[in-house]
Amino acid sequence: MNATAGLGPLVKLGARRDRVMLPAWCYLMIALTIGTAYSFRGLYPTVASRLAFAHSFAGNPTLTALTGPTFDLTTIGGLTAWRIGGLGGLLMALFNILVVVRHTRAEEEAGRLELIGAGVVGRHAPLTAGLLLAMGTDLVLGLVLGAGLVLVGQPVGDSFVLGLALAVVGVAFAGIAAVTAQLTETSRAATGLAATVLGIAFLLRAVGDSGGPAVSWLHWLSPIGWGQQIRPFAGDRWWVFALPVGLAILTCWAAGALVSRRDIGAGLLPSRPGPATAAHSLRSPLALAWRLQRGLLLGWLIALVAVGAVLGTITQDMLSIADTSSDLTRIISQLGGEAGIANAFLASVMGLIGLLSTVFVVQAVLRLRSEEQALRAEPVLATGVGKVPFAAGHLLVAALGGALLIVVSGVAAGIAYGLRTGDVGGELPTLLGAALVQVPAAWVLAGVAIALFGLLPTWTAASWAAVVLCFALGELGPTLRLPQWVMDVSPFTHVPKLPGGPLTGAPIGWLIVVSAALTAVGLVSWRRRDVG
Amino acid sequence: MSTAITVSGLRKSFGRTIALDGLDLTVGTGEVHGFLGPNGAGKSTTLRMLLGLLRADGGTARLLDGDPWRDATSLHRRLAYVPGDVTLWPNLTGGEVIDLLGRLRGGTDGKRRAELLERFDLDPTKKGRAYSKGNRQKVALVAALSSDVELLLLDEPTSGLDPLMEAVFRECVLEERERGRTVLLSSHILAEVEVLCDRVSIVRAGRVVDSGTLTELRHLTRTSIEAELAGPPDGLADLPGVHDTKVTGNHVRCEVDTDHLDAVLARLTAIGVRSLVSRPPTLEELFLRHYRAEQPTAEPVAAAR
Repeated sequence: MNATAGLGPLVKLGARRDRVMLPAWCYLMIALTIGTAYSFRGLYPTVASRLAFAHSFAGNPTLTALTGPTFDLTTIGGLTAWRIGGLGGLLMALFNILVVVRHTRAEEEAGRLELIGAGVVGRHAPLTAGLLLAMGTDLVLGLVLGAGLVLVGQPVGDSFVLGLALAVVGVAFAGIAAVTAQLTETSRAATGLAATVLGIAFLLRAVGDSGGPAVSWLHWLSPIGWGQQIRPFAGDRWWVFALPVGLAILTCWAAGALVSRRDIGAGLLPSRPGPATAAHSLRSPLALAWRLQRGLLLGWLIALVAVGAVLGTITQDMLSIADTSSDLTRIISQLGGEAGIANAFLASVMGLIGLLSTVFVVQAVLRLRSEEQALRAEPVLATGVGKVPFAAGHLLVAALGGALLIVVSGVAAGIAYGLRTGDVGGELPTLLGAALVQVPAAWVLAGVAIALFGLLPTWTAASWAAVVLCFALGELGPTLRLPQWVMDVSPFTHVPKLPGGPLTGAPIGWLIVVSAALTAVGLVSWRRRDVG
Repeated sequence: MSTAITVSGLRKSFGRTIALDGLDLTVGTGEVHGFLGPNGAGKSTTLRMLLGLLRADGGTARLLDGDPWRDATSLHRRLAYVPGDVTLWPNLTGGEVIDLLGRLRGGTDGKRRAELLERFDLDPTKKGRAYSKGNRQKVALVAALSSDVELLLLDEPTSGLDPLMEAVFRECVLEERERGRTVLLSSHILAEVEVLCDRVSIVRAGRVVDSGTLTELRHLTRTSIEAELAGPPDGLADLPGVHDTKVTGNHVRCEVDTDHLDAVLARLTAIGVRSLVSRPPTLEELFLRHYRAEQPTAEPVAAAR
């Protein structure tokens, strides 16, 4: 049988299943990119104003670590490419990982692939269909982004290069996810493995772009870095496209080879037998929630310790470079803290850690919904466990796990920075405090997720929209000078800018009140609604 | 006799789909009650409402003298449930799931657990993702049967078991009955219900259309009669309560309403009987009669999961 028989219907099936998600995703990326270009046009209409803006940022490693390298900031397109390159690449990568795993390993894990595989469907067809869907969306999105930039008044060639540069980052990660989906038995593990690759790619780029010439080669190891090194609006280096496209071809080939070698449903590692009786501690809903979520938490812990340690280490390096730059303090203070470049950078690092932790927090809360949908909540709720204690178990893991991630990551940053400055005893408590104030903001997102779970269980995925909104406001808001009331939507706007800024209690108190209220609403409506 | 379950006029709809349309059900304490109906008749919905997982739109339900919605957690300590669709956590072993569910209910009997694992031939060290459908069902069955409870709610518990294991299951249910436990067994496997159940309720389109012991149910229906007579069976078909008469020479086959049997037998003996076979209706025939008799006028009821 032809290995790709049945490809057409499978692609149509995938498109039908994702008929809301794919367009919604495209709209979001279009809004982000074109919106950024549009507001830059309003903010810096003349070359002179753009030069002034560029001068204040030139060689500023604080920003280049978090966004990306600057090439030519004299045009609207150049500014947009700089501002969107890192964040856009990250989002494209994340989206492709989710789509590819959803259509390959998740289908296989749920047993639906078996149903389809029994039809006239080739061995490689399901994987190819998932990849076509993801990469096809990337390509269309890239072209639409290009067209959108042309409409904002940018040169045709450069515009399409930027659109396609973002698209190929997505294409590369679609290939990476295709491979991880063959290695693990569960979709959760496949997503986690691909996300780890993404995290490493982000860090390599951040260090490579901000750590000085000695380590700048590191960004050549990162697919996100490749997207930026294509240099849209600053020379358009077409040959760099060969790197992400080459990686995609290589990974797709590898994934295909793995498919040919393994059984349906199996990963590469065989599953081993486990204990015949449960550990003595496995006797409460909280213990079950912990057992189900501890792997996820451990993965995030490793990732966030790495983020904290790496960013803490490079803080000192940026100081030496940044001192030469003028205007910097003013710009920096807009972006984060109030005094001191190091403090400002560390405050943005803490904000980033807080934002990243919300991904775990929302994942952990939404486990409730997936347990309910997979009919695994039912047998537990048919025992002496009440609905509220059942939900509280997962909520506690989410809330305390999120707090742990933030604190440990902050401690890692504190130790790393302290080792560089030679004052671990001084930096550690400061950064621990700076990390702790992020916790209530992360809890607000847990509240949003549990409220949706209780009130609108079919709309729990909207929690992810809240996470993306927080990322977008936090990362883009200051440079786009968004009005304060828009910025206020994100709980992270209200977090004191520590270290350096004043520590105010009121916003923290309010964030805790809001998260508690959302949690109460969620739990009460969950208690009242049907299960399933 | 006291009752373990009393349901009257229970209603539930999901959007525009009516799952339960005024369902009445009574299960006596200590009886094994068969809950029969085709897919989507509302069996699982009824069980899930008895567990307080779904909230009633109307009607009342009492379970072990409690309100299934309000007193859910205290009632759940006194019952065990086997869902129709057993899904396990992929990274927990079967043994862990059995222990966990038992502890959450308030404790398991270790000896009974070991004995049941042996009888059902279940390997408790396998991870959830490695079990087949039948083995997942066995995990749920062992978890339910090894706990010391008053009531067992079983939702099509044998749909994935092989015949050997089905026999083990039947033994176990009969033992539970010996111990004085109440069992509500939802099923569409009629042979199983016929062997195990004291009383039966037949549900269709969200309503119980017939309920009683098998003898009572049979009484209301037809007996099939096959006879070789001394002469032609003239006029037999015209008697009241005789249906589907087929005559070949002196041979006759017909279906007779149970309360008209006397008159029919009198006529047969008057002609002269050479051989006679009379068969009470099987549960299958009862069942099919209820489902063929009238096509439901309402919208077909979808499976309410």
